Amino acid sequence: MDGRTDFLTGQAVCNGALQTNIVRWVLTHPYWKVPMTDVSMQDTPYEARMGDYFALLKPRVMSLVVFTALVGLLVAPVPVHPFIGFVAILCIAVGAGASGALNMWWDADIDARMRRTAGRPIPSGRVTPGEALGVGLALSGFATVLLALATNFLAAFLLAFTIFFYAVVYSMWLKRTTPQNIVIGGAAGAFPPMIGWAVATGSVSLESTLMFALIFMWTPPHFWALALFVKSDYGNAGVPMLTETHGRDATRKHIIIYTLLLVPVALGLGLTSIGGPIYMAVAVVMNAWFLKGAFDIYRRSDADCEADKHSVEIKTFKVSLYYLFLHFGALLVEAALRHAGMGGW
Amino acid sequence: MAIKVEHELHARRKGRNIGVFLLLAGFIAIVFGLTVVKVLQLGEASQFEKFDHVARPQIVPEEEVTQ
Repeated sequence: MDGRTDFLTGQAVCNGALQTNIVRWVLTHPYWKVPMTDVSMQDTPYEARMGDYFALLKPRVMSLVVFTALVGLLVAPVPVHPFIGFVAILCIAVGAGASGALNMWWDADIDARMRRTAGRPIPSGRVTPGEALGVGLALSGFATVLLALATNFLAAFLLAFTIFFYAVVYSMWLKRTTPQNIVIGGAAGAFPPMIGWAVATGSVSLESTLMFALIFMWTPPHFWALALFVKSDYGNAGVPMLTETHGRDATRKHIIIYTLLLVPVALGLGLTSIGGPIYMAVAVVMNAWFLKGAFDIYRRSDADCEADKHSVEIKTFKVSLYYLFLHFGALLVEAALRHAGMGGW
Repeated sequence: MAIKVEHELHARRKGRNIGVFLLLAGFIAIVFGLTVVKVLQLGEASQFEKFDHVARPQIVPEEEVTQ
């Protein structure tokens, strides 16, 4: 018994029984009962389209990975041939997508219970769990090997470790067992700029470690702000989010603590060789804005949230999205200015 | 009587087949492109050019040619 539950009956099941239930659930899913004019086609199951397989790769997460990895690659002091850079970013994106497919394979039961994820390819019956596992494993191997051949072994190792971390450490282990799941699991999303840097330099440095730390420290307040206004979803799925295990007040406290810890990381990155006055100006403004949002959340009660329909939490969540985008965007501007003989300290 | 060559399965899987074709074509393009870039990064071709199973008079050292 591994603590998972059958999403049809809600009873605890062992892994083998769970797989059997997934197959049963897929085979009996109403998605297949589409009206057909040809009687002979009544028993024909739904054929997955390319778009269904693409959806397994979590394209929206992939876009963030591509952006941060590209920044990591472009701000590095060693130039990379454009085509090799393109292939490297493609490999990182495919690797991230592969870990997304493995995550969807493992989490099909809890995805089916959450409004936000019920339409994903496996719970909606468009792709079978076995297909998702196959896509995930094949793309993981493809992306890692191609990155090793195109660039260097350190970058490939970091990519393989990222996939392992997201699929095994986060999805299989932490997500269902601890409310600190996204704190440690957030590391998986923090690796891409470090991989991009390793593609160019073949090494890990203070700069790439701080870029990693920036995303790592940003992830908890970002997700907890989200969890505060979609709390019922995680609760229904049985995922031990901090809001469910320790309550919403404790979550608000955690948000302000992690945001305070994030500030020195963001400002410290500006003092390294890839920082500069523009990055620092952006960092000061965005950290003040994010801190204000976190502080506003900290001061609120559940009654306040109900009264204004979580407007402050939703706003702070949006600020957190701008926060990351503008920090990495500013690093890119600094790199462009340095290239033109300006920028930097 | 007309012979229907195309099974309905072909029509149903058309999109998937086109997708697989594009993926394979893209993979070939990537491997080809990487090969070209990696070879060009080796520098001046004459520095590492060898016979490659065929006599290449243009890279035979001058003393051997005069003998």
